[in-house]
Amino acid sequence: MAHAYTPGLKVTDNEVVSKRRILPLKGEVVVESGVTVEPDDVVARTFLPGKVEIVNVANKMGVDQSDVPEAMIKNEGDRVICGEVIAVKKALFGLLKSEATACLDGTIESISGVTGQVVLRTDPEPVDVRAYVEGRVVEVMPEEGVTVETCGAYLQGIFGVGGETHGELVIVSPDAHSVLNGSDISADHSGKIVVGGSLVTGAALKRAIQLGVRGVVVGGFDDQDLREFLGGDLGVAITGHENLGVTLIVTEGFGQIDMAPTTYALLKKHAGARASINGATQIRAGVIRPEVIIPLADASPSASVATETKGMAAGGPVRIIRNPYFGCLGTVKSLPPEPGTLESGSKARVVEVELTSTNEVVIVPRANVEIIEGHD
Amino acid sequence: MTPLAKDPKVILATDCGSTTTKAILIQKVGDEYRQTHRGEAPTTVEAPFEDVTMGVLNAVSELAELSGRKLVDENGRIIRPVDGDIGCDLYISTSSAGGGLQMMVAGVVRSMTAESAERAALGAGSIVMDVIALNDKRLPHERIERIRQLRPDMILIAGETDGAKTDKVIKITETIGAADPRPRLGSDYRLPVIYAGNKDRRDDVQAVLDAKTDLSIVDNLRPTLEEEVLLPAREKIHDLFLEHVMQQAPGYGKLLEWVDSDIMPTPAAVGAILKRVAERQGINAVGVDIGGATTDVFSVFGDAFNRTVSANLGMSYSISNVFAEVGLANVMRWVPFEMDERDLRNRIKNKMIRPTTIPQTLEELIFEQAVAREALRLAFLQHKEFATRLKGVQQQRTIADSFDQNAGVESLVNMLDLNLLVASGGVLSHAPRMEQTALMLIDAFAPEGLTTLAKDSIFMMPHLGVLSQVHPQAATEVFEKDCLVYLGTCIAPVGQTKMGRPALHCTMKTQGAVEEISLNMGEMRLLPLEVGANAEVHLDPSREFDVGAGKGVSLDGKVEGGTVGIILDCRGRPLTLPSAAGERVSKLETWMKEISVYPEAARVG
Repeated sequence: MAHAYTPGLKVTDNEVVSKRRILPLKGEVVVESGVTVEPDDVVARTFLPGKVEIVNVANKMGVDQSDVPEAMIKNEGDRVICGEVIAVKKALFGLLKSEATACLDGTIESISGVTGQVVLRTDPEPVDVRAYVEGRVVEVMPEEGVTVETCGAYLQGIFGVGGETHGELVIVSPDAHSVLNGSDISADHSGKIVVGGSLVTGAALKRAIQLGVRGVVVGGFDDQDLREFLGGDLGVAITGHENLGVTLIVTEGFGQIDMAPTTYALLKKHAGARASINGATQIRAGVIRPEVIIPLADASPSASVATETKGMAAGGPVRIIRNPYFGCLGTVKSLPPEPGTLESGSKARVVEVELTSTNEVVIVPRANVEIIEGHD
Repeated sequence: MTPLAKDPKVILATDCGSTTTKAILIQKVGDEYRQTHRGEAPTTVEAPFEDVTMGVLNAVSELAELSGRKLVDENGRIIRPVDGDIGCDLYISTSSAGGGLQMMVAGVVRSMTAESAERAALGAGSIVMDVIALNDKRLPHERIERIRQLRPDMILIAGETDGAKTDKVIKITETIGAADPRPRLGSDYRLPVIYAGNKDRRDDVQAVLDAKTDLSIVDNLRPTLEEEVLLPAREKIHDLFLEHVMQQAPGYGKLLEWVDSDIMPTPAAVGAILKRVAERQGINAVGVDIGGATTDVFSVFGDAFNRTVSANLGMSYSISNVFAEVGLANVMRWVPFEMDERDLRNRIKNKMIRPTTIPQTLEELIFEQAVAREALRLAFLQHKEFATRLKGVQQQRTIADSFDQNAGVESLVNMLDLNLLVASGGVLSHAPRMEQTALMLIDAFAPEGLTTLAKDSIFMMPHLGVLSQVHPQAATEVFEKDCLVYLGTCIAPVGQTKMGRPALHCTMKTQGAVEEISLNMGEMRLLPLEVGANAEVHLDPSREFDVGAGKGVSLDGKVEGGTVGIILDCRGRPLTLPSAAGERVSKLETWMKEISVYPEAARVG
């Protein structure tokens, strides 16, 4: 085998980025194909079925379950308001009366003569899907959503927390090695996306939230701080739904790790530009990585360079993603065809990598190396 | 599906996993079936391919290349029947791609009908996403919200014994109806729901669910409290899996046309082969498959077959969850050196976010194997708690039972009765030394008495499981000859005494040679006995220990050799490690040295 393929994270300066903006249930698309949209523009809208409450009318009124349908003064589909009487039972020529009332504003969904339960449902809740990125609507899927397309820089992180947001990109750490501390963040960063170097401290992240920073993009983050940030240990890497006041995107991994020079350089190049970011990560089948999208006015689809995913081959840039060389950058020197024996005693297919920092040539398992993709 | 070949000469089997599709070739060599070649390729269920058959063809093409047998024609179809060195006679497959079969089950009482429903679903090879019951301590709207959020592939409802005059099962049915559940894959079909509860409530259930779901009705899982009838529900799950779930997954419509026998969910196939072999040999067996995200445990004790899936215990995607569940101290007790906690936590998370990486250094390997011990231990504990006799059955209890806190929930998994422990999954199968696999199994499962240890050589149990449904002879022949790699036998007396006091005297006879060994409490010893060799042992435990015949009672038995040999484990049961760090590290090092677990020269720390 002449080359292997270990996909890496995408870091590219000029790419056509398509984002499908789909409703959770069928609804209405409110924009037309071809229009230009801003990140906060609503592109599609629907109504989610309301929340459900079950009322045990038979118990509440002290009647037999089978008597409930007869006692109901509201029918299935009727609107009710909270506190409104929905069932009445009179006994002893009307001298004794028992009632059941609605516990919410909504409609009667069902009435059961078997269990004596009545299901109430609140009014449907509107759900808006926004454009998320500045761009153009290139496809409309009736009742389902749209595809928004933009041209610009696109970066994938390795792990993130928090959902979609957007703001001006501000470079706070002076280089890819620096640590982003609390004192580096000021009120000027409110509503913006700040870029750090090798690590963001827990204190810096707290301060970012306090000052209304929308996003933090950084090389590394400590798991101890993540636990504190989330309020518990993260068992499985499925994120994006957190509502913590800031979206965090980690580009390299856990611990203090220099942001890859090309990633830092690309972010620095676009300082001041507006970026859309999403921390949603899913490391399972159907992997989702966090992303930074920087739409650029001077880029166009025709001018963009399609970056083809190539295999690992001699001379190609790679990053080592596991100890003992974790975080080191290098170039592939050779790809021995025969499996090698590792220090652990395991046999695995290996790659010879020349480390950029020291020119030392090291042998590592191919599984522990990722290709640095998409550099122009 | 074409009629099955009666006497197939060449059998092709694939297992479409979440990440890899594995193909094996089984051929008739002389009078027996043998597994001859293996190929694999990435699974292609997801974008940009979205067609599982592409991965199948890639894996089969590799197999064809390795075997020199043409298996795929110019139109990309598997060639049948055999014509010289072209084609195969039988093509079968299992699948867990796209997350496998994901179910939600419901019942009236969590530990009774809901547990029976869970057992039926697990036995059919599904992942149980949640168990809904009237006593699950959730409010009705919380249950409804949960059902909506999870979007299972299928729901199984049980509840009440036949003829019961309550409305409990309808209450749980109404909750499901109110949730108006939608299937996970596709939106143009209704969610399959199986009702396997009180037969007198079928009309009421239909009234609630018929309009909203694709409702099927089967026999009650618990017709009486004393009976559990799982087969009709399991068969219905399998039918619906093929009819609905598989049809929605990309490319499966095509794959269903290719195969000569129904596609089985991978875990169901693994369970099928383990059950068949245990029945055939008249033994009790436990099988474990530890993956990146989940750990499956299967057990066959007598007539009882049980399977559990520990959904978030695994070695990559779920490695962080292993820590969250067992705690750092429990993992670190298996590591014979100090590690910085902050660094350790970051390493774990880095493995989670880059799940395909492998340990390069010995230190990292030892650490990963420590995690594996805890993941396996916890998964097995969950299995033992689940594999119990039926709850809710009236039992006659003596006064003595009243003082026994566990008398009501006796596990079917009795370790002294266990004969065979089979390991599979990357961390166990690909350990650089077989001794490492053996010690991980012993530390995690704490076998008692005499237990044969084996591993699935190249993870072909799924293939053999589906084969056992159509050609049991071929499946068992290959299982015994090519699938299992015997590691050896573990001899572990049950009991405790003071460290250093006599625990066991063992006499082992092998072809003329007799070996006498005495072990004290806290010691381990490895006696080489090669693969295929047997030995007779006479075991004399001291009065505090039991090797299967009672405390202090001698036992004669036969042990099987293997790539490791016979491991005498006198660390006592339950297995506990010294709490003082220095003593613990010293003990670990002694045991690891005795069993030759890690290379001598590479001692770390």
